[in-house]
Amino acid sequence: MKKQIIISGFGGQGVMSIGKSLVEAAVDEGMHATWVPSYGPEMRGGTANCSVVLSDEPVGSPVFTYPTELIAMNLPSLTKFEPNVVAGGTIFVNSSIISQKVERTDVRAVYVPCDAIADQLGNKKVSNMVMLGAYIAATGALKEETIRHMLVEMFTGPKAKLVELNMKALEEGAKCLEG
Amino acid sequence: MEKELWKGNEAIAEAAIRAGVNCFFGYPITPQNEIPEYMSAHLPEAGGVFVQSESELAAINMVYGAASSGMRAMTSSSSPGVSLKQEGISYMAGAELPGVIVNMMRGGPGLGTIQPSQCDYFQATRGGGNGDYRTMVLAPCNIQEAVDMTQEAFDLADLYRMPVVVLGDGMIGQMMEPIVWHDIPKRELPAKDWAANGRRGRDHNNFVTSLRMDAPDCEEHNRALQRKYDLISQTEVRWEETDTADCEILIAAYGTPARIASSAVEELRAKGVKAGLFRPKTVWPFPSKRLAEIAGQDSVKAILVVEMSMGQMVEDVQLATKCVKPIGFHGRPGGMFPSVEGIMEEAEKLLKEVQ
Amino acid sequence: MTTVYRKSAGLQDRELHYCPGCSHGIVHKLVAECMEELGVIDTAVLVCPVGCSVFAGHYLACDAVEAAHGRAPAVATGIKRTHPDQLVVTYQGDGDLASIGAAEIVHAAMRGEKFTTIFINNAIFGMTGGQMAPTTLLGQRATTAPHGRQKEIHGSPIRVSEMLATLDGLAYAERVCVTDIPHLNKAKKAIKKAFELQLSGVGFTFVEVLCACPTNWGMAPLEANKWLMENMAAYYPLGVIKEVQA
Repeated sequence: MKKQIIISGFGGQGVMSIGKSLVEAAVDEGMHATWVPSYGPEMRGGTANCSVVLSDEPVGSPVFTYPTELIAMNLPSLTKFEPNVVAGGTIFVNSSIISQKVERTDVRAVYVPCDAIADQLGNKKVSNMVMLGAYIAATGALKEETIRHMLVEMFTGPKAKLVELNMKALEEGAKCLEG
Repeated sequence: MEKELWKGNEAIAEAAIRAGVNCFFGYPITPQNEIPEYMSAHLPEAGGVFVQSESELAAINMVYGAASSGMRAMTSSSSPGVSLKQEGISYMAGAELPGVIVNMMRGGPGLGTIQPSQCDYFQATRGGGNGDYRTMVLAPCNIQEAVDMTQEAFDLADLYRMPVVVLGDGMIGQMMEPIVWHDIPKRELPAKDWAANGRRGRDHNNFVTSLRMDAPDCEEHNRALQRKYDLISQTEVRWEETDTADCEILIAAYGTPARIASSAVEELRAKGVKAGLFRPKTVWPFPSKRLAEIAGQDSVKAILVVEMSMGQMVEDVQLATKCVKPIGFHGRPGGMFPSVEGIMEEAEKLLKEVQ
Repeated sequence: MTTVYRKSAGLQDRELHYCPGCSHGIVHKLVAECMEELGVIDTAVLVCPVGCSVFAGHYLACDAVEAAHGRAPAVATGIKRTHPDQLVVTYQGDGDLASIGAAEIVHAAMRGEKFTTIFINNAIFGMTGGQMAPTTLLGQRATTAPHGRQKEIHGSPIRVSEMLATLDGLAYAERVCVTDIPHLNKAKKAIKKAFELQLSGVGFTFVEVLCACPTNWGMAPLEANKWLMENMAAYYPLGVIKEVQA
């Protein structure tokens, strides 16, 4: 298995942390993984993206031109990266703020109203976790227990209550695949 | 051993702490800020000293001072900042002081860009400051290697009494990947009986200086430095090669481009193109001898050098191989990096041209 | 027989290369005597500048490090921070400290680095041959100011002690000279006090010594001392500029 994923959106949408969570979980599961951020001014509010490779084999190039999956959290990201996704790949669209549809017909499109779901859960910040839930459900790349384990380690002490919220966000994201 | 996920810059800082660095002096510049940030939080916990200096000039001179007094000292920066450090690096070379300097290269010239680059190869491998001198230059291509090399850099610096540069690029500093912490084999190191840290009963004072006012004395000093550099060129050369035994197209690259090239080699092989990779792990001393041997193989039709610059290491490849085979160059300067597809295309094009 | 005077153990047995009438030799001696009296010759580290006193490590008996031009305060920071219990002293001229090393001295003072700087102010670049320094007086001739320093072109001379005294990190600054025995005695007291304050950990300590450079001033030694008192001491007032109680 080898996944080359681009996750892109506005700074503050948690795109970097979606990537980090994927890599962390993959490493927990014994896979090889790399995370490369686009860094610089975009970190401070503009468009940000990161490139993630998950693989059973050691990772050669950590950067790539053609992703197997694109997670587009905003419209500029969809416009920029849609043409590069490999045929048969998957594009995840944050349909809460992207009204446009995926134009290509040789890729799978998954629409996830991340922000709307996060709002319903009462915390806008978990919108990226909703997307992560959708990604995992769609690709089967990682196990849900791994993510839960990771969240338990991440949120400790007074923050422990956030584990359930985040798990709920993952579940709701996964449900978007059912329709 | 357990794999841990680390960001390159933070891993380098942690590696230095594990290697027993006593002090770190640095000044902010992107893309290496996580190194001083990590040091400011964790080095004092480990009993060391962190100072944010007023400039890169001051930082390297703090390293010079601490090293003079026998400490394991370190600084890090990125290209424009490393230019400023050249003064101190030259003085350290002259005074034969150990120290570790990390350069997370970014695109230049001038302010250039904060994106990854390899445009300081000449500066790093030719000395960089004034005078006839070299620094050892270790060039990691992934975070595991960055961590291992940083730890070893301190021993190398102490052993040869010279500044050692860890030459990374912004990509290595900024990316995350799993690593394993292993114990780096320790070397037998000489006592620092030259250090100026108080006489403590010694019958003479130690005076650490790069000044050799008397010309014959200065000439002899230069010759002695050269003997040391010659020794290092014999004993400390490192490289890695993949699929070189029967390769027709040899790709030579270091750092991040070498990593990208390794994927290109794999894909070229899958297509039936006999590609191989030669990756210097020390860019000074440069692995000239082995590279010349491979270039001389009957199988090798051409060499493609890939860099994130307009062509710097390519000159060392030309010198090493004496151009016995055609040498092509594929460079992406200014913060861009080569793609797997781009390298494959250049390799196939070059191979077609020479056949 | 009673010994009434002997060379300080803080000095090596070497002939100094300084010109006749130069103040460096006297200041070296005072530094050496203070180190000896405080019993720190065996633990002190001296940081030498670029300039005439580049060889100070060959004259003083303690360990020494030669810094790049102007960088002595950074070098001393590296040493003192890793050897907090030892006396660390930078010895710097006015070209070194007030010109190329202005940033290093200001920031060492700002951080309150616990070392002492002996600042040799002779209003000229000595070693390179009498070029204008930031401390050269208005009207004073230099090889790069052949018509004398002019305010409109070169600006007014910098009073380093007063400038550094505005920084909280500076614990003690005094300006002295060594033109005669009473002044020399005062200078020695200032240096010793600076060393004592350093060892008590109060902060950055600074002694500015107005010095003569007869060679580059084009004067005989006695004439140079007279010129110093009449001109330099008028612009750079002698005395304690700042003292924070330990």
